Amino acid sequence: MTAQARRIELTVNGRSRSVEVAVHHTLLEALRDDLGLTGTKECCLVGECGACTVLVDGASVDSCLMLAVEADGASLTTVEGLADGERLGRLQQAFLDTGAAQCGFCIPGQLISAEALFASTPHPTRAEIEEGLAGNLCRCAGYEQIFEAVELAARDGTPA
Amino acid sequence: MRAFAYERPESIADAVGLLAEHGPEARLLAGGTDLIIRLREGTIRPRVVVDVKRIAELDGGIRETEAGLTIGARATMTAIGADDRIRRDFTALSEAAAVVGAVQIRNRATLAGNICNASPAADTVPALLTFDAVVVAAGPGGTRRIALDELLVRSGVTTLARDELVTAIELPQPDLARASAHLRRTRRRGHDLAAVTIACVVRADGRTRIAYGSLGPRPLLVGDDSGLLADAAAADAVKAALLAQLFTDASPSPRSMRASPDYRLAMLHVLGMRAVRTAIERLAGAR
Repeated sequence: MTAQARRIELTVNGRSRSVEVAVHHTLLEALRDDLGLTGTKECCLVGECGACTVLVDGASVDSCLMLAVEADGASLTTVEGLADGERLGRLQQAFLDTGAAQCGFCIPGQLISAEALFASTPHPTRAEIEEGLAGNLCRCAGYEQIFEAVELAARDGTPA
Repeated sequence: MRAFAYERPESIADAVGLLAEHGPEARLLAGGTDLIIRLREGTIRPRVVVDVKRIAELDGGIRETEAGLTIGARATMTAIGADDRIRRDFTALSEAAAVVGAVQIRNRATLAGNICNASPAADTVPALLTFDAVVVAAGPGGTRRIALDELLVRSGVTTLARDELVTAIELPQPDLARASAHLRRTRRRGHDLAAVTIACVVRADGRTRIAYGSLGPRPLLVGDDSGLLADAAAADAVKAALLAQLFTDASPSPRSMRASPDYRLAMLHVLGMRAVRTAIERLAGAR
């Protein structure tokens, strides 16, 4: 059948966007291909690795498991929305400071999941960090440094 | 992903109309955490995807009624895991919702979807079975209520008609003190499908209900009205023998990659004993 398109209105990283998307395309595809936001990564495509994690109305979701049209009217935060111009967000700086990024592919998803965790739990325990980031795999197995980075960012105060 | 048409009805009647019109060519989209995967894999190829998330009458509210709790069809696992009333009165469901996938999945996956997907490994279903959950479905002829045990057939198959839509799940209020627990066995912590998923309810009158999944085509509900399982003083060996009788219908698939049938059966008995013990302890602690 011919692909059906639909115009959706959404807010991405604070900026209003209007974009026409194919109705069978995922939010991940729309972000990367239609909006040019390639920080969000495509990886497992079954909701296990978390590389495509974004915030939709404040809740972390796997953007590979959501149609772009489902985000019509929503407010999104992607990894591109964490920095303020050239100034890194607190979590991003903490990931740098602890050497949490190795190959770096999973890091956008890890950052967004940590951001979501902070929104509900500003000072998480190690167990809460592990649970909050359980949906984000790191094939470099840099989990220790990732958890340390989240702890560091939590110690440094309100995450940016 | 193969192309399909996307419909976003704003009323239950319109959604039911679309289902009636398109029959097997239509698929309902709620949380999408299973549906999108299957659309991408091409294991299902609907012409129309019907998104139920803009139907005003269909919400994710969790409401108290005289009969118990009514959970709206759009309630997510996150909402269920965070609800204090569910944690207090339907503890096993709270525990099960909290271990479905990881945060990102729980923020999207719905309880209604977990039921309708009819996976033998659905984590919330054993808890719902032990609580005598009732599924409310709307169709062209109106609304009907179906006991969950009557709804489940086998993997991916329910007794819902093609043009029926689940609108809510009802949990009857307990008529006397009871406690419950949900346990499961996975290959790794964090995010995995269960090799065994089990829920147990122990009531103050000595009756015990156990439901388990991932050990056959559908989750199964069993019960002990003799008071033996609920008896804190009864010997473990005697309880284990009774559990073995209750679990005779367990038939784990030999083709699953997650765990061998022998392992699943062994863990079913271990988790069965543990779930009974936990529920007994919780019931004693609540008194």
